[in-house]
Amino acid sequence: MKTLKLVPVNTSIGFIRHRTIAMVLSSLLVVASVFVFLANGLNFGIDFRGGTLIEASSESAVDLAALRGRLGALDLGEVQIQEFGKETDVLIRIAEKEGATDASNNLSAVEQVREELSSDFDVRRVEIVGPQVSAELIQTGIMAVLAAIASMLIYIWFRFEWQFSIGAVLALVHDVALTIGVFALLQLDFNLSILAAILTIVGYSMNDTVVVYDRVRENLRKYKKMDLAELLNIAINETLSRTVMTSVTTMLALLALYILGGEVIRGFTFAMIWGVIVGTYSSIFIASPLLMLLGVKRDWSGTQVD
Amino acid sequence: MLHFSNFKITGIALLLLLGVLFALPNFMREETRLSLPGIIPSGTLNLGLDLQGGSHLLLAVDTDTVQRERLEDLTSDIRLALRGERIGYSGLARVPSGVSVTIRDNGDMEKAASVLQGLAQPVTSSVLTSFEQRADLSVENTEGQTFVLLVTEDAIAARNTRTVQQSIEIIRRRVDELGTTEPTIQRQGEKRILVQVPGLDDPERLKALLGQTAKMNFHLVDQSVSGYEVVNGKRPPAGSRLVYTDTEPQVPYVIRRRAMVSGERLVDASVGFDPQTNAPEVNFRFDALGGRKFGEVTQANVGRPFAIVLDDKIISAPIIQTAILGGSGRITGNFSVEEANDLAILLRAGALPAPMSILEERTVGPGLGADSVAAGRIALIVGFLAVIGFMIVSYSLFGLFANVALIANLVLIMAVLSGLQATLTLPGIAGIVLTVGMAVDANVLIFERIREELASGKNPIIAIDMGYSRALSTIFDANVTTLLAAIILFQLGSGPIRGFAITLAIGIVTSVFTAFVLTRLLVSLWLRRQGKPEALPI
Repeated sequence: MKTLKLVPVNTSIGFIRHRTIAMVLSSLLVVASVFVFLANGLNFGIDFRGGTLIEASSESAVDLAALRGRLGALDLGEVQIQEFGKETDVLIRIAEKEGATDASNNLSAVEQVREELSSDFDVRRVEIVGPQVSAELIQTGIMAVLAAIASMLIYIWFRFEWQFSIGAVLALVHDVALTIGVFALLQLDFNLSILAAILTIVGYSMNDTVVVYDRVRENLRKYKKMDLAELLNIAINETLSRTVMTSVTTMLALLALYILGGEVIRGFTFAMIWGVIVGTYSSIFIASPLLMLLGVKRDWSGTQVD
Repeated sequence: MLHFSNFKITGIALLLLLGVLFALPNFMREETRLSLPGIIPSGTLNLGLDLQGGSHLLLAVDTDTVQRERLEDLTSDIRLALRGERIGYSGLARVPSGVSVTIRDNGDMEKAASVLQGLAQPVTSSVLTSFEQRADLSVENTEGQTFVLLVTEDAIAARNTRTVQQSIEIIRRRVDELGTTEPTIQRQGEKRILVQVPGLDDPERLKALLGQTAKMNFHLVDQSVSGYEVVNGKRPPAGSRLVYTDTEPQVPYVIRRRAMVSGERLVDASVGFDPQTNAPEVNFRFDALGGRKFGEVTQANVGRPFAIVLDDKIISAPIIQTAILGGSGRITGNFSVEEANDLAILLRAGALPAPMSILEERTVGPGLGADSVAAGRIALIVGFLAVIGFMIVSYSLFGLFANVALIANLVLIMAVLSGLQATLTLPGIAGIVLTVGMAVDANVLIFERIREELASGKNPIIAIDMGYSRALSTIFDANVTTLLAAIILFQLGSGPIRGFAITLAIGIVTSVFTAFVLTRLLVSLWLRRQGKPEALPI
């Protein structure tokens, strides 16, 4: 039986030769992401900004303008209404009132909306996050991403050499920056599950990078005299088939989730899909070429092969 | 690498069997499941609130109120103690977490010191592990003739713990009255309580029940001045104060500060109906002491009104018609049946020791939960089939081995989740689908390595052997990084996110086992039947 090979045997693409292009491109993208983030900011969901989110579903297609009028009459402050997945479903967001200390304002708002909608809508989900909790979530969120990156840094340092750990972590920062950039650019809802996605991306991208690095280390032991650029290129090409295969299987699973998994986790899956693309790219084009820049130890004779 | 002793094979088979056993209850009907003999596991996946519907409420206990009350008590204790010893003082004042007092006469200083020191009590708390008994007050002569009495950190912590524990107890009683199944009520952090109630239709009622302190007291109405006069600027007489009714429009009353009977004396409350008007009312009963007190006061005040005050709002202000001696009475406010019922629940459960506020609410209706389960299931099946197909197309027979491992992996994930009674959330389902995509990674690594070894001219059996052994360290490193991310995610997360971290972590561990050990066994068994193959179907 003839098997499918996405990457032909003996593929040899000059990844390292074109490293400058990749580096420049990535640097530009990271700078652009930072710029978009500073200019647009993130469209924080209620997890991080506080406020109320109500998902409601109706028997027939919803007239958004009419609904806006009805809820506007309740005088709840800033109310956003958008279609959610289907034209019969809506997502209503009510912003936190200035100077609130607990969720009591939001609670009465929910009661009013529930009453207003009770005749023709089914309220499917209510989420209220008070200002105290949202401030904590921002803090723990930032801490978690930093802790994840730091633990990777230490682990890779421990298992490899410091050059590898710097290279891997720069690739991670690149992935996280680009993910935040795309959310800032498209103004997608940035909530707790997106943060979970970013942490998973950190894990996934690291996974990819480690596989390439492992091969680099093996080749460093095998070819003691080979030019570093060529050695790195061989390592990337040797693992390329695996990199592509795993990205494809992961992508298949993620696409199934994105298309069929329902509206609630669509943001999460979108972030993951984006992260897999960026993570795969960075472990090929960024993580290994960075080893060129940082320079690696060539004499591995003293270390054990495990 | 390819040699498996019979002992090892039996071990792997047993582990898989155990996995099937633990996963199986999830596919049984409820009756079959419950009729299983005791030694066979019958636990199923716990669906999270986002999948079965329900309410998640995070409450903050306002412990500051309790500490403030403590300082008020302390102030009056100091006053009484100094007066009792005829020690002159001035400037009895509140300072942050304490009280300061200045003694007038220098000659009294020593006596004052010992009197004030006598107010300190040992901290009674289960929190303190040391045998050393610490005092709840520190008394210091800060400057000149001024003493500062500070409530110690230990005492504050002990009191906060007690307040939160009492609150949890009261909340449990109130929630139990709603008759829902398996609510979870737990302390979170220092001053917070997490309440999770699955399958609740009306979270508004739950919130109404939890949002009230439900401190009820009976006060006499001060008739020397009318409520409206006080509203218009007249000072209420000493020992009386102004309170409004909870009706619309609010009616002001002047009531005596001192309660004639405290709500703590209530032992029972239930809903009844007024025999004449058929309006809902709440019947209550006092304990012996409260009943006697209530009897005495009503006897002495026939014809005068009294006020039933709930959380500083008057819910009823009837005229005492006759002495109420039986120790029971009724409240006829303007209740709907549900309001009367809720009030009865609140009175039965008792008052909260401190006010609470709601910090966070997440409620999912049962409809959305069911939709999410259905969507998650479809996504899992489709993602699973796509990956399986792709693996066969890419690695033929070896792909099939990987697929067997993938199925075993899903069974094991389900088994571990059921065995641990972990909660499956929607992001958790996403974690499983993601695991399906990523679990084959270990096999991809191994198979690609085998192909490389074959390409370099090694014979098939050696190539397989080297493929497995060389890929091992890569598989290990690659999975540890993902596991680290999952652990951090677990630390960070609440509810649903935690569910994702758990399934991701379990999936990583089980996938390494199935991909590395199980496929190797399958390959080894296949090789035994093949003898020495010329080429590999990979």
